[in-house]
Amino acid sequence: MELSRHTQGGVTVIALDGSLDSGTAPGAQEDLERLMADGQAIVLDMSRMSYMSSAGLRILLLVHRRTEEDGTKVALASVPAEIRAVMEATGFLDFFEVCDTVDDGVEVLT
Amino acid sequence: MTGGPQTRLLDERIDSYATHQISGFPVRPGRPLPFGAARVQGGVNFSVYSTHATGVTLVLFQRGEGQPMAELPFPPSFRIGGVYAMTVFGLDPEAIEYAYRIDGPFDPAAGHRFDPHKVLLDPYARLMYGRESWGTASRYPDSAPYRAGIAYDDFDWEGDRPLCLPSRDLIIYEAHVRGFTRHPSSGVRHPGTYAGLVEKIPYLRDLGINCIELMPVFEFDELDNPRRDSVHGQHLYNYWGYNTLAFFAPKAGYAATGLHGMQVDEFKNMVKQLHRAGIEVVLDVVFNHSAEGDERGPTLSFRGLDNCTYYMLTPDGRYYNFSGTGNTLNCNHPVVRGFILDCLRYWAAEFHIDGFRFDLAAILGRSPDGTVLPNPPVIEQLAHDPVLRDCKLIAEAWDAVGLYQVGHFPDYRRWSEWNGRYREGVRRFLKSDMGITGELAMRMSGSADLYRTRGPAASVNFITSHDGFTLRDLVSYNEKHNDANGEGNLDGDYSNYSWNCGVEGPADDPVVRALRDRQVRNAFLILLTSWGIPMLVAGDEVGRSQLGNNNAYCHDGELSWLDWNLVRENSDLFRFVRCAIAFRLAHPALRQIKHHDAEDLPERWFPAVSWHGTMAWEPDWASHNRLVAAMFYAFDGTSHDCVYVAANSYWEELDVELPRLPADAAWRQFADTSAMPPLDVHEPGREPMLTGQSHASVAPRSALALVAGHVRSSNTFHPEERELWPSMPRCG
Repeated sequence: MELSRHTQGGVTVIALDGSLDSGTAPGAQEDLERLMADGQAIVLDMSRMSYMSSAGLRILLLVHRRTEEDGTKVALASVPAEIRAVMEATGFLDFFEVCDTVDDGVEVLT
Repeated sequence: MTGGPQTRLLDERIDSYATHQISGFPVRPGRPLPFGAARVQGGVNFSVYSTHATGVTLVLFQRGEGQPMAELPFPPSFRIGGVYAMTVFGLDPEAIEYAYRIDGPFDPAAGHRFDPHKVLLDPYARLMYGRESWGTASRYPDSAPYRAGIAYDDFDWEGDRPLCLPSRDLIIYEAHVRGFTRHPSSGVRHPGTYAGLVEKIPYLRDLGINCIELMPVFEFDELDNPRRDSVHGQHLYNYWGYNTLAFFAPKAGYAATGLHGMQVDEFKNMVKQLHRAGIEVVLDVVFNHSAEGDERGPTLSFRGLDNCTYYMLTPDGRYYNFSGTGNTLNCNHPVVRGFILDCLRYWAAEFHIDGFRFDLAAILGRSPDGTVLPNPPVIEQLAHDPVLRDCKLIAEAWDAVGLYQVGHFPDYRRWSEWNGRYREGVRRFLKSDMGITGELAMRMSGSADLYRTRGPAASVNFITSHDGFTLRDLVSYNEKHNDANGEGNLDGDYSNYSWNCGVEGPADDPVVRALRDRQVRNAFLILLTSWGIPMLVAGDEVGRSQLGNNNAYCHDGELSWLDWNLVRENSDLFRFVRCAIAFRLAHPALRQIKHHDAEDLPERWFPAVSWHGTMAWEPDWASHNRLVAAMFYAFDGTSHDCVYVAANSYWEELDVELPRLPADAAWRQFADTSAMPPLDVHEPGREPMLTGQSHASVAPRSALALVAGHVRSSNTFHPEERELWPSMPRCG
């Protein structure tokens, strides 16, 4: 799992690339927390994610809960259909603001 | 003292390091409890019971691989008593599957059937691999068809707790997870799954039920049925799932996310969403037998782990078959008792399950040699368990060899029962049998002959269940038509007490069709006005048919799925049932907790239940009579609640004299099953006044329900005012 970060319209956009599973989740969690440290609103660009396991869902929710405590807003953008279906069926999607595109996400958060 | 460093210190365990290397894996002696596989710091703890084994081996697989990646024999020092426990470090719980190989004597006469060549499923498996996708052949070799997985036990419940609805208020809806939404007409995004069921919650709310009873959801193999449909030649299924493989594992094939191993999360989300809608979740659990069958069946789990502990065996080591499926679980063996208790506690605590319905529960009352016990330990233990205290416990109080305990199941003031006598009594009345009015009266008033000391809520009243005809078929077929089940129509119950209304099967004759419509309404009206807990079967509220098949356990298709087009086609019937449910919930007189009057207050108008005939206060129990009229009454100190129900199974119209009400009260008509929709039923609280207050006519084979309302009140009650209704003046 590769993570990259850029700023768009005052919003931090973090792109997740690859598979988020028990093997990659601990590293991804560390990276996410580091990249999100500045308290800016965040869009997670998931367009290049290939897979999300149970561990991945949990990391995402943990990060979300932590940012909630700080008052930081998070949106998910460009969630691939299969991952979206999994998140929907398990109810994890209900916790998040979900947008079709990164641009939509930036707009919602600003 | 507080602070981060100390918290951090406590996060570290001083035993999280290996003491041995086995087959290349760092391990240490594990903790014997809890049984199963549990995440521990740095690894996974495995614990399994076998008291007669001579050797136990942990078999590890990479997720999805056919052959094991490693086999780790438990050293003798890793055994405590009859429990083998080992912590294995460095495992990724998400990436592995596990099983056991058990060595020991193969001596059937002594009850032992160990076979070290078999790879066995952990009975405590929280996830099962091998049946992830419904109906698809397993990718695993026969040598290791099913494996266990390690589930996450964390979940964000967002404050959800079991609902703890009072039993007397329950309206149970029996459903099959797959059949409920698998039909293409369901329109859900995830057909046939837990997630699909969530999408239909608005429908359940609209109908008004407050408890869904799910047919078996523990892992089973739907492909273990060897039979073929002799009519169409198709492979038959074990669709219902009364053949449990893994009692702690929700069925992955019912999960939209089963291929990803996320069935636990998906199941928990379903429970959370149902609870949000005010709907309890009861599970149909099958502890009377397992999927291993008799001597000829496969060795998958219990048989190879410790045959004579888990199964009831004859003195020469063969299987007792009280379940009709080949074997019988040894439910009153202390180890098996512990297993059942662990399992139900897990579902109650971990999945927030509100109650359990026990399949062939009479078997829970048998000792290891089959003797019927007066004080069965497992039944008593479940009744008094602290974790299960608020769970509904419902017994199917019979077994497959004639032990019939309806009315005398050992209840410990906790258990309720599927009331089989209610089913038979109402069916016989509906088909106009003679001499059945007294029986119907007893059943409608909570079966005091069976449950006087326990109260009406001990009686789960039902006319149909998954097992037998659907309600539509009950009024459309005299005989069962099970030819498609592959057994020459020899399977299924012969005692259906059904009547086809003159034509066997589908009918074009509008008279026959109208009569069937009325009979279905009669059944619902009797069910939903009777004391006790009503249970209806998913689809009956919209006239679902199984074409006369009364044992559709083996069909995964149109025959067994709910066709949602029926909701539109039979919207009148749906409306009738919806109103009858709302009517029940609006009237405490129909939901008594005791059979006798609570208090003998002088203000009371009437007894809690009274019987009438063509003349008020003069019931006629003669064998040729086919009219039953009941008046149910409740008084809470301020409000009077009074409902009158007349059911006529005679083929002529009858005029009935109505009980006289106090001056300020008047009879209003809730339902008349002989009236054409929409006049067959009225929204509760908006019932029109009856024109004649002293008499009413009850049409042939029909039922009438009246409610005592205020004489001057208009018909403008709103549904949201239901709780206030009926608010009646005090008498005198």
